[in-house]
Amino acid sequence: MTEHKGVLIIGEIIEENLAAVTLELLGCGRTLADKLGERLSGLLMGSDTRPHASKAIAYGADKIYIMEDPLLEDYQSDLYLAAVEKMVRRVMPKIVLMGQTPMGRDLAPRLGFRMHAAVLMDCVELDIDTQTGRLLQVRPVYGGNARAVFTSETRPQMATVRSKAMSPLERNSSRKGDIIEIKPEIDPSAMRTKLLEKVKEEVAGIKIEDAAILVTGGRGIGGPEGFEQLEDLAGLLKGAVGATRPVVDSGWCPTSRQIGLTGKVVAPDLYIAVALSGSSQHMAGCSGAKHIVAINSDPQANIFREASFGIVGDWKKALPSFIEKVRELLKE
Amino acid sequence: MELIVCLKQILDPEAPPDSYTIDQEANRIFLPPEIAPVISTFDETALEAALRLKDTHGGRITALSMGNKFVSDVIKKALAVGADELILLEDVSFEGGDAWSTAYALAEAIKKIGRYDIIFCGRQAADWDSGLVGAGIAELLGLPSVTLAKKVDITDKTVTVERVAGDGFEIVKVPIPCLITVSNELGELRLVRLKGVRRAEKIQPTVWKPEDIGADPSRIGSRGRLTTLHKLFKPVKETQCEIIEGEDVAEAAVNLTLRLREAKLL
Ligand SMILES: Cc1cc2nc3c(=O)[nH]c(=O)nc-3n(C[C@H](O)[C@H](O)[C@H](O)COP(=O)(O)OP(=O)(O)OC[C@H]3O[C@@H](n4cnc5c(N)ncnc54)[C@H](O)[C@@H]3O)c2cc1C
Ligand SMILES: Nc1ncnc2c1ncn2[C@@H]1O[C@H](COP(=O)(O)O)[C@@H](O)[C@H]1O
Repeated sequence: MTEHKGVLIIGEIIEENLAAVTLELLGCGRTLADKLGERLSGLLMGSDTRPHASKAIAYGADKIYIMEDPLLEDYQSDLYLAAVEKMVRRVMPKIVLMGQTPMGRDLAPRLGFRMHAAVLMDCVELDIDTQTGRLLQVRPVYGGNARAVFTSETRPQMATVRSKAMSPLERNSSRKGDIIEIKPEIDPSAMRTKLLEKVKEEVAGIKIEDAAILVTGGRGIGGPEGFEQLEDLAGLLKGAVGATRPVVDSGWCPTSRQIGLTGKVVAPDLYIAVALSGSSQHMAGCSGAKHIVAINSDPQANIFREASFGIVGDWKKALPSFIEKVRELLKE
Repeated sequence: MELIVCLKQILDPEAPPDSYTIDQEANRIFLPPEIAPVISTFDETALEAALRLKDTHGGRITALSMGNKFVSDVIKKALAVGADELILLEDVSFEGGDAWSTAYALAEAIKKIGRYDIIFCGRQAADWDSGLVGAGIAELLGLPSVTLAKKVDITDKTVTVERVAGDGFEIVKVPIPCLITVSNELGELRLVRLKGVRRAEKIQPTVWKPEDIGADPSRIGSRGRLTTLHKLFKPVKETQCEIIEGEDVAEAAVNLTLRLREAKLL
């Protein structure tokens, strides 16, 4: 039996850039590989991947495999599955990591079942057990109300990693590594599920994942009009507006604004939570915020257990004077 | 059209965080008995997706669930909203499994059901939040799949799915038979009507044991696991919230900005 060795990450190129989560995977993969005393490799698919491969090396990889084919330009589940399976069988890593992204959510489970190897989804901590050399995989469960530590009984050990849960390394352009081109040998007839079109729902202004300050509204805002005030505040602070799931489900805000377990994961410096209860599923998307400020009329609301500052009261009374004072302070 | 929907009965995921207790010895999580279990949120949405197809194209919906201690009122909701049949895989030997043993048992049951055009699952079970079983069933049955659907349409033998992705959605085509996992964006499950409740009363769920589906005993329940759960714990929270006061809420808000400025957050 061939020995499994090293760590392999499956990277993603999004809008002609290495995805932020890919850099985080490289950082965490590097730590795991060092603990094992083994190598960190990565796979990039698409076209014109070489510059990204060099960047991935600067962020910690020893070796980057590239697979170039116009058919791999966008995520196509059947084709990616075949390509990644081929790569994993060739590299025979101990550990395979992907991001908990629309791609990772689709690809990792299928790859796991195809290779009869367990996958733990949405991990927030990964470590090597010093005694057994196994991968310890920590993931939030019950919507974030509990955490579980798992190991896999099969090889390779596979995980997807929640975005912003791990830190990338500093870019070091003098790092050396190999770039190896692999022929994907794609069989287009293997494509049963076919991506026809990507529809973008543009949101004006800063993306919520990138904003240093977020103003997030919950069901207590009561309707789309209230969100205009949140927009004003976010505009003043050069931040962005986020939302809870009921807000999105009610159509007060586009889906791309949803923060939480099934929405986006954000980690701003300041998170202003207005009229939201702080459910564990919502906090799953923002518990990485440096400081949380809560405005809620219910002193028992869970958000007060997550926040460092808060006021108890009606947001309709609080927000206008908050905005006015912020405007004044920023002028000084 | 033959539709199968996989539903899981779970602890209410929206119960207050405080109400969860963990048995550290057994690595199990509990809610007080007065908080009733529910059908996993996204599985209800998956059922709604199937009902919408049945509304326009006709056909039959079979609801399939594996578990133990089913609460009849909870799981029979599937029949009350319009599923035609309910199959329960109910046996102690199904207990203690993970995604691998669960997907195996469900796939064996689906083979026994035999006829299917589309199998629907939730994007993830709202208790362990894995999102694995759907892919598992698809792999075991050799079916193509689409995950995170928010809209499902069918023309001839092709299904068109809008799939939630990042800042928008993807339009994906897949031939039938296939498996689709459904996200909350598709919309909530329709309400139960009195007529539906009466209809559900007349339908007895079918219960299958491992022998009924010809399951290999080493692949179900805890014996079929590929993962080991070592520890289950509540994350500790250390934040102390400083409540900012004032004469009234408006003044408290002003004081809050001053406090944030002092803390160099504004
Ligand atoms: C599997 C699963 C996944 C989920 N994923 C997500 C997710 O990704 N993101 C997400 O957000 N949710 C998610 N949810 C839903 C989540 O459980 C909660 O239902 C949701 O977060 C509650 O949103 P909310 O805080 O806006 O609403 P509520 O819980 O209804 O809270 C509204 C709050 O507003 C306060 N309020 C009301 N009026 C006022 C006022 N005038 N002034 C001040 N305060 C006021 C109330 O005191 C209350 O605390 C998920 C649920 C499940 C089961
Ligand atoms: N015990 C079960 N019975 C029926 N369906 C299930 C069961 N467990 C999981 N599923 C289905 O698989 C989906 C994903 O589950 P999971 O991989 O556990 O997150 C769920 O949304 C259900 O549709």
